[in-house]
Amino acid sequence: MTTAIEATEAGAPIRREPRFSWLWQLLRDPLGCFGLILVLLIVFAALGADVLSPYDYKALDIKARLASPSVEHLLGTDNLGRDTFSRILHGGRIALYVALVSVGSSLVLGLFLGMLAGYGPRWLDNALMLLFDAVRAFPVIMFALAVITVVGPSLETIIFVVVVTTVPGYARITRSATLSLKNTEFILAERSLGAGTIRVMASHLLPNLIAPLLILASMDIPVVITIEAGLSFLGLGVKPPTPSWGSILNDGYSFIRNTPWLVIAGGIPLIITTLGFTFLGEAMRDVFDPKLKKDR
Amino acid sequence: MSQNDLVLDVRDLSVSFRTGRGKVRALRHVDITVPKNKIVGIVGESGCGKSTLINSVLRLLAPNAIIEPGSQVDFLGDDVIKMSNSQLTDLRGQRISMVFQDPMTALNPVISVGTQMTDILYRLKIPMAEKRKRAADMLAQVGIPDAQRRLEDFPHQFSGGMRQRICIAMALMMNPALLIADEPTTALDVTLEAQIIHLMKELREKFECSMLFVSHNLGLIAELCDEVIVMYAGEVVEQGEVHDLFHRAAHPYTRMLLECDPARIAEARQELPTITGSVPDMIDLPPGCIFAPRCPRRYEPCDASPPEPYAVSDQHSARCFLVRDGR
Amino acid sequence: MLLYTFRRLGLAVLIVCLAMLLLLAAIHMVPGDPAGIALGPRATPEMREAFKVKMGLDQPFFVQYFNFLTNVVTGDLGTDVWSNRPVATMIGEQLPHTIALAIVGLSWSILIGIPLGCFSAVHRNSLLDKFTGVLSVACIAIPSFIVGLYALLLFAVELKWFPAIGAGDSGDLGDQAMHLVLPGLAVGLGWVGYLARFVRTSMLEVLGENHIRMARAYGLPTRRITYVYALKLAILPTVALLGVGVGSLISGAVFAEIIFARPGVGKMVVDAVNTRNYPIVMGGVLVTTMLFALSTLISDLIAAWLDPRVRQGL
Repeated sequence: MTTAIEATEAGAPIRREPRFSWLWQLLRDPLGCFGLILVLLIVFAALGADVLSPYDYKALDIKARLASPSVEHLLGTDNLGRDTFSRILHGGRIALYVALVSVGSSLVLGLFLGMLAGYGPRWLDNALMLLFDAVRAFPVIMFALAVITVVGPSLETIIFVVVVTTVPGYARITRSATLSLKNTEFILAERSLGAGTIRVMASHLLPNLIAPLLILASMDIPVVITIEAGLSFLGLGVKPPTPSWGSILNDGYSFIRNTPWLVIAGGIPLIITTLGFTFLGEAMRDVFDPKLKKDR
Repeated sequence: MSQNDLVLDVRDLSVSFRTGRGKVRALRHVDITVPKNKIVGIVGESGCGKSTLINSVLRLLAPNAIIEPGSQVDFLGDDVIKMSNSQLTDLRGQRISMVFQDPMTALNPVISVGTQMTDILYRLKIPMAEKRKRAADMLAQVGIPDAQRRLEDFPHQFSGGMRQRICIAMALMMNPALLIADEPTTALDVTLEAQIIHLMKELREKFECSMLFVSHNLGLIAELCDEVIVMYAGEVVEQGEVHDLFHRAAHPYTRMLLECDPARIAEARQELPTITGSVPDMIDLPPGCIFAPRCPRRYEPCDASPPEPYAVSDQHSARCFLVRDGR
Repeated sequence: MLLYTFRRLGLAVLIVCLAMLLLLAAIHMVPGDPAGIALGPRATPEMREAFKVKMGLDQPFFVQYFNFLTNVVTGDLGTDVWSNRPVATMIGEQLPHTIALAIVGLSWSILIGIPLGCFSAVHRNSLLDKFTGVLSVACIAIPSFIVGLYALLLFAVELKWFPAIGAGDSGDLGDQAMHLVLPGLAVGLGWVGYLARFVRTSMLEVLGENHIRMARAYGLPTRRITYVYALKLAILPTVALLGVGVGSLISGAVFAEIIFARPGVGKMVVDAVNTRNYPIVMGGVLVTTMLFALSTLISDLIAAWLDPRVRQGL
């Protein structure tokens, strides 16, 4: 937020906060701290999957099918005798990959569309807003199922669906910030001094938008991971043998009466990830946007 | 004046608020009395503790408020500070009632006026029809036409002046001994103000209750009240009979208030007079008189110790060394 | 009020039409050959052409869309690729199960979420309030299918308190209710959290308003102030929110129906995706989108009707 304050007109008092003060504020919130630890844990596990995995995630071991947790297999094995722990570590990569790519694309696309709606002509604004309303009209999973029917299940399909359904959120935030900034006096003044539209937007809009967009992004990450895992659970996500938390759950579901371990183990990383990002997002919102805090 | 003639007797009331910066001493050693059948006015700038004072009388203070030991709020012989929750419920709305500042937000928007009025009568074991009749009577008395039918209406169907009339009707539903009016006309425009003040005066006589009238409008106080209390930064700086106080204001603060009152400025001046400076920080209090930093007539004793109330006449006192020293 | 109802209804229809346009456009835009995917790699070009003609995919985009809309208006959602039964009839058979599930899920979240939110607001900053706050966030964060799977594992497979799969005997209401408990929980738990938080926030806002202070000053009983004077006002935005909730309940219902092997639109659509049964998928998406729009509409109308300021202004 320091940049946002410095970016206001010259002459106004510049309040300089110590660098990274927000990080300290975040760490002081016990839930935010807890969330950060969980997120770091997942990121670490996903990045280090190759090194940390005790087995090759594709390696079959027919003799050790559906094994319970033991010293050899920390979280047991699945119906093909593959080591669940190794598969979970590699599944984390898929989950984070889908989350980062789709949330990142949504953010960029939403920023662009939001500025277009806010700064562009009136009809374009109305058309885009109507489009966003139309996107929100679907139950997300149903939209995903329809697209999958036509183009088939794949990682790209998931990312496409997620981007389409999450873009409106980012675009709306950007649009309202653009609209409120558009007519403020100092923007008009700068434009009359000959500053280009793009430059004006970039220098004033972005600093104000970083916080709300990042908060939304960190809130969207668990949603995206849930969609990926959910579709994979339905068998409509990533193709086997690529490990996904959802497909581990799917295998576990088929053998839920034989062994509960697979379902339990498949659910834990999902819970850790969604909780971690949600707690982190909540704490970030409290730090960056005290107005939204409302007595929490 | 004997004890029995007093409805409200506040003695040595001190209230503080716990905040992140420290303890804010919002009220300090306040003594006020409200005699039977009299109207007592309280004046002062915003933030002087008027609201804290009336909220203490009803024990409606914010959760971070502390009533300091030694404080006493006697209402008809009972100490409000020592009351239990059930005694407080019994007190509020029944024996002490209140009219709020902003009639636009004082009524619940989704409950009909009739229900809100009859709800106040929940303590009475009388049939609903009877309660509704009383509510309609009350509305008629405050000048709402077609009262019976309008009980069904919701607050948004009434104008601001009408809503304040409804609030007054609600306050008088249980025929309280003391009516507290917290700037009841501030949110209304001037023509309505006169009507509401007139109505309150009339109803006070009819219902024979005492009244504590908070305002920053000196003209209103002069017109309506029998006695005046001037507050500054959590202290009572001057109090007395209304004419005596307005004509022989002893405390420099009261004098400045009177000068600032637009109604009193006879000749057209270029600019309105103001009191320079602002209300002091009530966390770190100066050792001497609280008004000293802003006082134009400050002299040696003012910074040494806080002044006591000194008598100007037998019904009029001021906390100012000027009075003691006869300067 | 009537005019408002019609205006909102018109808006809902428009949004559903637009949503379907968007869906068809998205499908049209994505690179991919629907016929190839539906018929598999071994299909001959002739078979693909025949499939396209049959599905109307050979027509220009807007003709496809127009045909789709006119068919929908006449109640024709096409026929099942494999059994040739009308899709509308098939969805009609499955829809009551999904609606029942959504209602149970919604009831779970209302019955737990709203009192929890009220409690938190009244006892603000107490230990229990903070605990409820964390619990609500956790409920929101955890995916519904995890809740479903764990509930199935714990209450049906291990403890055997509730039946695991199916919808129960069609004649036996008690049995059907038992079969709805766990799926309903899975679908509704996230919204328990949402509602608790939302009700808490709007309760706190209302409790700070002037008229509540006035009710206190009049000595009204605390219970009446909280549960009538404050809740009546705080519930209004919550009611409007419930309609939006149905959207996520439907998404959750897809998983619950798969996990608990219940009949329903969600299970039907997922099965249809696996067999490339395009008409059923489109019909299912359309019907659930309409259901979503309808519930948003109804909750908006209820919220408007509950608020005398809006009700009389319309």
